[in-house]
Formats: sequence, C-alpha cells, structure tokens
Amino acid sequence: MHEDLNWAIGGEAGDGIDSTGKIFARALSRAGRHVYTSKDFASRIRGGYTAYKIRTSVDRVESVVDRLDILIALTERTIDENLDELHEGSVIIYDGEQTTMQDVEIPEGMIGLPVPLKDLGEEAGGAIMRNVVALGAACEVSNFPIENLDEALEKRFGDKGQAIVDNNKEAARLGQEYVREEFDAETDYDLECTDEDYVLLNGDEAIGMGAIAAGCRFYAGYPITPATDVMEYLTGRIEEYGGAVVQAEDELSAINLALGGARAGARAMTATSGPGIDLMTETFGLIATTETPLVIANVMRSGPSTGMPTKQEQGDLEQMLYGGHGEIPRFVLAPTTVAECFHKTVEAFNLAEKYQIPVYLTADLAMAVTEQTYDPDEFDMDAVEVDRGKVVDEAEVDEWLDEKGRFRPHAATEDGISPRAFPGTIDGAHMTTGLEHDELGRRTEEEDVRVDQVDKRQRKVETAQEREEWDYREFGDPDADTLVISWGSNEGAMREAIEFLEADGPDVRFISVPYIFPRPDLTEEVAAAEEVIVVECNATGQFADLVEHDTLTRVRRVNKYTGVRYKADELAEEIRSAVADMEATA
Amino acid sequence: MSSDVRFTDFKSDKQPTWCPGCGDFGTMNGMMKALAETGNNPDETFIVAGIGCSGKIGTYMHSYALHGVHGRALPVGIGVKLANQDLEVMVAGGDGDGYSIGAGHFIHAVRRNVDMTYVVMDNRIYGLTKGQFSPTSREDFETSTSPEGTHQQPVNPKALALSAGATFIAQTFSSDSQRHTELVKQAIEHDGFGFVNVYSPCVTFNDVDTYDYFRDAIVDLDEEDHDPGNFDQAKDKILDSEKEYIGVLYQDDDSVPYGERMGLEGSMADIPDGAPEDATDLVREFY
Ligand SMILES: Cc1ncc(C[n+]2csc(CCOP(=O)(O)OP(=O)(O)O)c2C)c(N)n1
Ligand code: SF4
Repeated sequence: MHEDLNWAIGGEAGDGIDSTGKIFARALSRAGRHVYTSKDFASRIRGGYTAYKIRTSVDRVESVVDRLDILIALTERTIDENLDELHEGSVIIYDGEQTTMQDVEIPEGMIGLPVPLKDLGEEAGGAIMRNVVALGAACEVSNFPIENLDEALEKRFGDKGQAIVDNNKEAARLGQEYVREEFDAETDYDLECTDEDYVLLNGDEAIGMGAIAAGCRFYAGYPITPATDVMEYLTGRIEEYGGAVVQAEDELSAINLALGGARAGARAMTATSGPGIDLMTETFGLIATTETPLVIANVMRSGPSTGMPTKQEQGDLEQMLYGGHGEIPRFVLAPTTVAECFHKTVEAFNLAEKYQIPVYLTADLAMAVTEQTYDPDEFDMDAVEVDRGKVVDEAEVDEWLDEKGRFRPHAATEDGISPRAFPGTIDGAHMTTGLEHDELGRRTEEEDVRVDQVDKRQRKVETAQEREEWDYREFGDPDADTLVISWGSNEGAMREAIEFLEADGPDVRFISVPYIFPRPDLTEEVAAAEEVIVVECNATGQFADLVEHDTLTRVRRVNKYTGVRYKADELAEEIRSAVADMEATA
Repeated sequence: MSSDVRFTDFKSDKQPTWCPGCGDFGTMNGMMKALAETGNNPDETFIVAGIGCSGKIGTYMHSYALHGVHGRALPVGIGVKLANQDLEVMVAGGDGDGYSIGAGHFIHAVRRNVDMTYVVMDNRIYGLTKGQFSPTSREDFETSTSPEGTHQQPVNPKALALSAGATFIAQTFSSDSQRHTELVKQAIEHDGFGFVNVYSPCVTFNDVDTYDYFRDAIVDLDEEDHDPGNFDQAKDKILDSEKEYIGVLYQDDDSVPYGERMGLEGSMADIPDGAPEDATDLVREFY
C-alpha cells in the first residue's frame, strides 16, 4: 500500500543513534531496497536530540518527505520533535519499562508499541544492545525479514568478535519475538526485498573514494563538520596506495601542507567547511598565482561565523567565486548528487592539473553526511582517467629552458598553460612566488611582464572554457513553460517534486547545474521559458544573481535557509505557488 | 653527481638586494655551503622561504623553491617532504615569520619531527616592513611601534622548541661563517627536524643587537664542555638569559622522523593513468 516507508530512530546524542540508523540502512540496502537517509543533529526545542531518518523504497529515492511511518523513540522528546511528520497509523516503538518513558502518551490514531528494549538487551548480553532490540521490533512491524539485519550487524560488529555479533543477532530476534507475541499490530507496512545489489555511501565518502581513484595521494585537513568524513574515509585507505593523511594544526597549515604536497608533484587535496575556507583564503591566492594544481573541497554548512554547524545551507557560493584579495583565477565545481561527488572529484583533479589552477569542489551538508544507495556500476573505476596536463620529464625539460638554461615554470604560452617540472627533474629547478613574477618565477614589477602574466593566467581559464564541457543535467519536460534551475544537492528533491507536480501541478523543465565557474550559459534556456525559478538553500539567492547576470533576465527566487534541506513535497508546493503567483501577476 | 656539486651551484644569478652588511648574506652562504657539502644538488633540493627580507633567500638561491605567504613556510616544507621523501627540504624565514605570525606552525613542526631543516634568520626586528619590534625583541627595545619599549617578554624560541619535543636545536651567528656552515650541515644530517636559530643582524633597523653586541656576548658551546644529548644541560643553556650560546644545544640521537613513523617512502608523484588496479574494492566496501 505504501510505496515508500519513512523510518527513524531518535534519542539523545550519545545514544548510538547514528550507528544504529546506519545498521538498518545497510540492512535495507542489502535487501535490495533503495535508501535515502537524513539526520537531525540538533533539536528544534533544545540541544541533545538527534535522529537518523531513512526513506526507503524499491524504486530510487532521492529526497526526504514530510512523513514518518515508523519511529523508534528512545526518549519522549523524540516523539515531540517529530509530531509534524507523524500521522495516523504511524508506529512508535519505545521502552515502556523506562521510568522516563512510562507515562508517554501516544498521540491519537498512532500505534504505540512499548517494548522492554533495555531488559531484552540485557537478556541478549547487555543493555547496550537495546537499540538492536528495537531494530528487531521494527523488522517485525514492517514485515522485513530479520536475516537482512544479520549481514549489517556482522559488518558493524565483526571486528569485535563473533560473540558480540551473535549477541546482537539474538537481541534483534528478542525484539522481533516480543512484538510478535505481545501485540497484534496489524500494519500495512511491508518492506519487500529484491535481488538488487546496492552500495550505501554518503557524499563525503564519495569524494574520498573519488580522490583515491583519481590518484590523490596527499591529504591534509583539520577536522570540521561536515567535511571530517572525507578525512576519516581517506585515513587508513590512502596509505594502501602509498599516500598519507596529515591532520594539521589548523586550516592555515592544512592548505599550505597540501600546497607543498602539490609542489612536490603529488595530487593533493584538503577539505573543509566555511570557517576553514575563510582561513585558507590567503593561501588560495598564492596557489592560483603560483599555478599550483590543488583541489579544495568545501562541504558547506550554515553560516556566517560558526552559524549552525550541523545544518544545511548553500551560502558560500560567492565566497568561493570571489573570496580573496586581487583577481584570482579558479574553478568552482558543485556536484549535485552523491554519485556525482565521486565523478566531480575525479574531474576536479584533472582540471586542476590540466590548467594548474585551484579547484573548489563544493558539496553541501545535505548530501555530504547522509547515506544513499546506488547501483555499484555508478562508480565505474575502469572509466576513471587521469590527465596530469603539461608535466615535463627530463627529456622534455630542455624545450622549456631560456637562453641561459633556466627552466620557465610560468612560460606565457599561447593557451596560457605552462610546463610543470616536478622537483627531482634534472635541470628543472625553479622557484615560484606569490609575488608577481616573470616566466622564471622571480619577482617582478615590470608593467609588461605583469600584464603578460595576468593575461596568461586568464588565458588558461579561457582555454578551459573552450576545451572542456561545462554541461548541466536536465530533467522533466523539455518543452515546459516553467523552467526551474538549481545547483548542489537540491537536485534530488526537485526531481521528486516534479513527480508530485505531475498529478496536478505545472509542467516543469528542470536544469541542475554542477558547474559554478566556468558554468553553462543558460541564455537560450531562460529565453525559451515563461517563468524561471531558481531554487537554492540560502537567503539571498546567490545563484539566482548569477543567472540574472548571465541572461539579463529577472528570475523568481525560491530560497530556504532554515537549516533543513528541501523536502520533495514541500518543494513541489513552493514551485506550485510560485508559478501561480507569477501567472497571476503576469 | 653530488661530488661535483659546488656551493655556487646553489646560487642563482639574481643579485641580492639586501642592505650591504645585512646578516642574511652570511646566513645564506652558509646554507649553500652546507647543502653542497652534505652531497645535495639543486635539482633534488626544495627551499621554502618565508616573507620578510630573510624570505628573499628563495630568489637568491638556486633549487626548486617556493616563496609563499607570511608565516606559512613550515607547512609548505612539510608537505613537500612528506610527498617526496627523496628531496632535501630546507625552510628559511625571519623571526617574525616563524615566531609571530607562524608561531603555531613552529610548535607543531617541531613536535612532528619531519626530516628537514629550518633556518630562522633572527634579527630581532621586522626588517621588510622597516623596523617594528619582533617577537624576539628585548622588552626595552624602542622602535616605531614601541617608542617606550615593547612592554612584553621576548619569546625564547629554543625553549619553545625544547618543550615541544625538539630533536635538534642549534644556534649560530651569521658572521661566523665556518661554524654557521658546520652547524647547518649537522642540522641537515640530523634524522628529523633540524632547527637552527641564526643571529643574522639587521644593520639598518636594529642598533642594539648588532655585530659588536653578538661578538661580545657569544659563547661557543664547544668551549663549554656541553653535552647536547643531555636534556637538562640543554635546558639550562637555553634558559640562561645572560649569554648567547652558539653550537648544538640539544640533539636526540634516537630521533625517528615522522615520515619513517608513517611508513612513507619515495615520491607520491607517480600514479597510474587510471584508477588503481584494485580500486573496485573501494566500491565493494560499501555493500
Ligand atoms: C598576512 C601578512 N601580514 C603582514 C605582512 C607584512 N609583513 C611582511 S614581512 C613582515 C615581517 C617580517 O619580519 P621578519 O619575519 O622578522 O623578517 P625580516 O624582514 O626581519 O627578515 C610583515 C609584518 C604580510 N606580508 N602578510
Ligand atoms: S632591512 Fe635589515 S634585514 Fe632587511 S636587508 Fe636591510 S639589513 Fe637586512
């Protein structure tokens, strides 16, 4: 009856919410179901509350919706926090034996299942397993074969020994049996399994995997939510390929470490979030001026200042486009899905090296730290190509020496791209500096040399604009009057919003833009539409400004800056009312 | 190849623009000699220079080099060395660059103990910005920004280094060419972070910490029966504010550099032209 099921576990920070949620997400994925997860890190009411939410379906799911069907509530507050999303028929699993939960009132029309989670956990070997007892109970409620949990439990607890794994399996079964025997909870929920094999990963992990695939061997970073997962992913893996992760003392150090790694010839990267980008900005200009290839991942969170560190926002677009003093050539890539985080990371490394330029690779919190299922073929390693650009070896160095035999690292070539000699290359020794410099990389303030160097750095960008494809992704009805444009992680919600709108809303052509600079020219697309709407998670409409600038056309802005990502049904409503409003005033 | 390398091979054809008599001339000459005499060659050496008069060194020497932003030379040098263990890496900068704006990196570079050399040209003044006090300036030092003295203690970089777990601390004087060269050589040969603070007088803006002052105040540890392997002796010498010692103040012979602890070898520049052979395993991990 329900096509998709919305499931959540919530409690206090420290209750193991995240890891329990991930176990269930993995079990669903192993059972051949699609999964899209989201996390509530902090309360709408007061601190400490956290939840892991899963939307699952046999079909692809790309977004969250405003509905919760099964809730494991480890605290009473968890119920209060989710009242908006709970509905008639929602099932709430909680530990009725807990003194704090004894008086819980289950809202009218909902089904409360008090399960002695802690006691059953103890029976299985320890109270710590109460969450797994709850997972077992949830399996029963949703008709989900409990065997699917086993593999996920093995993956999670395997390194702790078989006894722990077995105890957890037992705990799940105790939860399942308790519900079966004690309640006659007839629900319509039915988590059907398929033979599909999916992988489950988040955007940060996709970036990390993309980096290794692309040959990144040197990573330096300083922990910051929501970018830390990139560093944690690489740690322990990059070493297998001869690389290293360095945890720096701060972001000033992190980016300079990465710069050093890149100057030594390694594919290098750092990842951070807004506050870290601020600190890195001085060195960002140095990287561009010294023409050093570097990938800087900015996993955006809500700002300014410390802002809302665990909340969604796309507020750093202008920072990445314009941040830094002087005029800094750069590329800005913004993958729109978790899988694209992988592909764009590979692309970012190639672009950085081909054009010897810093590349911002930006993801936003909504896709960076929440897991999603994919067909493993989406991450086709055989398709990965590494293009290192104009690297010269010992034999080729000669072509780039001046009349005095000095290597010219900033040779002002026709396409603007200079030769690159890695340290250790005989006769390639050269310096470079953040001061304006000549072709040899030495300081100069001569007017014509200055102009030559500024022009050649700019020419590289023009070359890239010509040689590379700066495409967009398109969905919906290509002939629709309404054109919706978005960037970053809104793609998923918007694609599902189109499905909602198909029933009774306007037809929509949807363009999802993964390149901020250089970016596709949307002049024709905008001209062909009656109404143009730009959707983004910030208050001012930073991408809308760019579209207006490029197309000289006013656009309608749909913005969200509550700190929570768009939900598909909510976004459909926003589009519907924006179009109605525009038609009324037209 | 190394045997034919002369110290002039490390010299670029750019004429220094330092003031005549600046201590940085002697500091740089010693560094070039030390590099050549330890068997290095410019094509396998990477120099990172800070910002300041001292930082111009990257331009006057010949090697692979980067002249970066103020205070961040150490992280760049560490990045270079970790990404290619086969390179000789030397970082050089001023006392402002290293102990003020870059002080945070200094402590962490010391404790990380990467196998490289850090030469600080300590003139107890900001030279490039024309004579403001620096972190090593004396409390009563009068400058354009401290007309009545600095009202604060000078930093003791050698004490900072010792307390941060340094494995090699030396002090030299730029005009004692032979001794300076010898000590930089020892820093290069040290397995770990070789830290050398060089008294490198600014003849234009510092009329207190002059050549004459240093000549009078300096005591060579070679004449003091000092055991650099003895932490307590090192501590006493480093905290002695009456004298200016030159020589190796402290050296830990058991030092194991960071790269070795991390199991790093060779260069990270060599990568396949596609994903690594077994990269599909990375995807499988997500099942
Ligand atoms: C971020 C930043 N702030 C300030 C400066 C200006 N500045 C350049 S060099 C310098 C101090 C140099 O002193 P020191 O490191 O002791 O080197 P010296 O010139 O004495 O050799 C300052 C403040 C700068 N380049 N960058
Ligand atoms: S100002 Fe001082 S430090 Fe700078 S070059 Fe002149 S003497 Fe040397």
